[in-house]
Amino acid sequence: MRPVKIHVEAVSKVFGRDPRGALAKVHAGMDKTRLKDETDHVLGLHDITLDIRAGETFVIMGLSGSGKSTLIRHFNRLIEPTGGRILFDGEDILGFDAARLQAFRRRKVAMVFQRFALLPHRTVIENVAYGLALDGVARLEAHRRAGEQIALVGLAGFENSYPAQLSGGMQQRVGLARALATDAEVLLMDEAFSALDPLIRHDMQLQLKELQARLGKTIVFITHDLDEALLLGDHIAILKDGTLRQVGTGAEILAAPADDYVARFVRDVNRSRILLCGAFADAGLIPPPDAPVIEAGATLESAFAAFAQGAQAVAVRDEAGQIAGGLTARQVMQALARQ
Amino acid sequence: MTSGFPELWDTRAFGRALDAGFNSIVANWGETLELLFMPVLRGITGLERGLQTLPWWVVVALFCAATWGAARRWPPVAAVALLLVLLGLLGVWNEAMATVALMLAATVLSVLIGMPLGIAMSRSDRLRGGMLPVLDIMQTMPIFVYLIPFVMLFGPGKIPALLATIVFAIPPVIRLTDLGIRQVDPEIVEASRAFGASPRQQLWSVQVPLAMPTIMAGINQTTMMALSMVVIASMIGAGGLGYQVLQGIQRLEVSRGLIAGLGIVLLAIIFDRIAQSYGRRVQANLHREGK
Ligand SMILES: Nc1ncnc2c1ncn2[C@@H]1O[C@H](COP(=O)(O)OP(=O)(O)O)[C@@H](O)[C@H]1O
Ligand SMILES: [Mg+2]
Repeated sequence: MRPVKIHVEAVSKVFGRDPRGALAKVHAGMDKTRLKDETDHVLGLHDITLDIRAGETFVIMGLSGSGKSTLIRHFNRLIEPTGGRILFDGEDILGFDAARLQAFRRRKVAMVFQRFALLPHRTVIENVAYGLALDGVARLEAHRRAGEQIALVGLAGFENSYPAQLSGGMQQRVGLARALATDAEVLLMDEAFSALDPLIRHDMQLQLKELQARLGKTIVFITHDLDEALLLGDHIAILKDGTLRQVGTGAEILAAPADDYVARFVRDVNRSRILLCGAFADAGLIPPPDAPVIEAGATLESAFAAFAQGAQAVAVRDEAGQIAGGLTARQVMQALARQ
Repeated sequence: MTSGFPELWDTRAFGRALDAGFNSIVANWGETLELLFMPVLRGITGLERGLQTLPWWVVVALFCAATWGAARRWPPVAAVALLLVLLGLLGVWNEAMATVALMLAATVLSVLIGMPLGIAMSRSDRLRGGMLPVLDIMQTMPIFVYLIPFVMLFGPGKIPALLATIVFAIPPVIRLTDLGIRQVDPEIVEASRAFGASPRQQLWSVQVPLAMPTIMAGINQTTMMALSMVVIASMIGAGGLGYQVLQGIQRLEVSRGLIAGLGIVLLAIIFDRIAQSYGRRVQANLHREGK
């Protein structure tokens, strides 16, 4: 398994005048609503523990107000936790002093924002070079590297435009290029595509997947859109009211929702495009020798065509190239029908 | 006494103590202060002389260059040139240059002192809470009141005029620097933090540039207030156009007062033009739309 990049351990965050005192009350059993009503403190995050592995896209999902933005801002300490630990490559980032934290933000983590947050008074290339300039990289070199990133996100020719002259999709490409320019190992993306039109949004999702495959960054991606989460996420964490409800692969969460909330959350998704044949292959079923062969990593939907042409069962082949078992049309329907 | 508010404490004694305290400051520190402000006085006199001895068309050219630098458009440049020529035609060129020198000095010093104060205020709610009432008092206190202590310290002349003008004119630049920085989009400030900007880098790469239109509005107000104060300051020996107005009053010469008054109006329009067109250009830079 890949090494852990970000380790989040028992992180809690309370907003208010006396966060530690309020957190003690929470540990003693007071719930979020009572905390708000009786002490006027907001419990933003409660006891979050999770691991984000190097090179994966880790999606944090939840409805508005569930604490997604608060959580992701802990990873570069834009927000300080009230309790808990955060390790980056095994090192406790809460121990960093101001200078160390600045260097960490300049080189190790970069961020993409929902409303782009570009500098309106600077050109595209100056925006993309911003992180490098902060780090003291000479202007010529910073602009050379920024130019490469601009080309990578498909904005060559717009170097000297100002953000307000670009469409939303183009502005977010600038935001992405700015985050890539510092060559940070981790990208934090807070609803980075939520403000975009559906078509442009899908383009950006595909482009991000492709970049990710090529560059191997660790990406923490926030969304409230399940389809986006399932498309991008190697792992998905589901937050509700500041608590972590479930972490797993998309298929794991669909196959076995941890509780009612998660179940309702994932109810309307097109399961046939998410669930994988490997998870439902029946080892006890020997498929006929002429049965069509499907990879274990393929979605259930990719087996539909074979059944439509009259196959009774398909043979599921695992990563090692062995036939792991068979899968009948009936079993597929059962997998899809499970709520 | 039968009417009015009862005398609960001895205001006269309080007044005497205040005056005595101030007098001792004057006696002990007056000379030191005067020495301290010598370079400032030399600067103002030098500027005044320079503006008066340069050929008029060189001064007009300098103003036009400044306007072009601020506006990057020709119409305001032409307007400023025209207004200056009008000023010359009124026959008050030298007096106007004396006023310009004092006003520029007061404005520049107000900005140099006021912007850092405004920046500090934007970063500390406590400082802001303490400063706001002080600024209110500075702006509502009748301006003549400022003249007395400064004249006592320095004797009549340009330095007390300059200092009284700064006290009167500085509040807008302080206020609007604070306001402008506080109004900067917090997401953009957050982005700069996220990329590792130090507080100083945040200030100069994001907060000050984005607050610039508001700060410029403050500088513009400060300029206008400095101009109106410089006129009053002529009563304590600052010279310039204000002195002509004063003489018009003393000698009951309507024409003298009117002409000097017109000169002041022309100066006001000139500086307003320059400051506003700069403000507009900065604003446009922040909100460039597609071409
Ligand atoms: N600075 C703050 N002060 C008080 N409450 C806050 C603050 N920031 C966030 N919250 C609260 O914390 C909760 C989580 O907010 P947020 O992380 O922004 O949610 P999300 O990004 O999932 O929509 C919300 O209830 C919000 O009102
Ligand atoms: Mg959010």
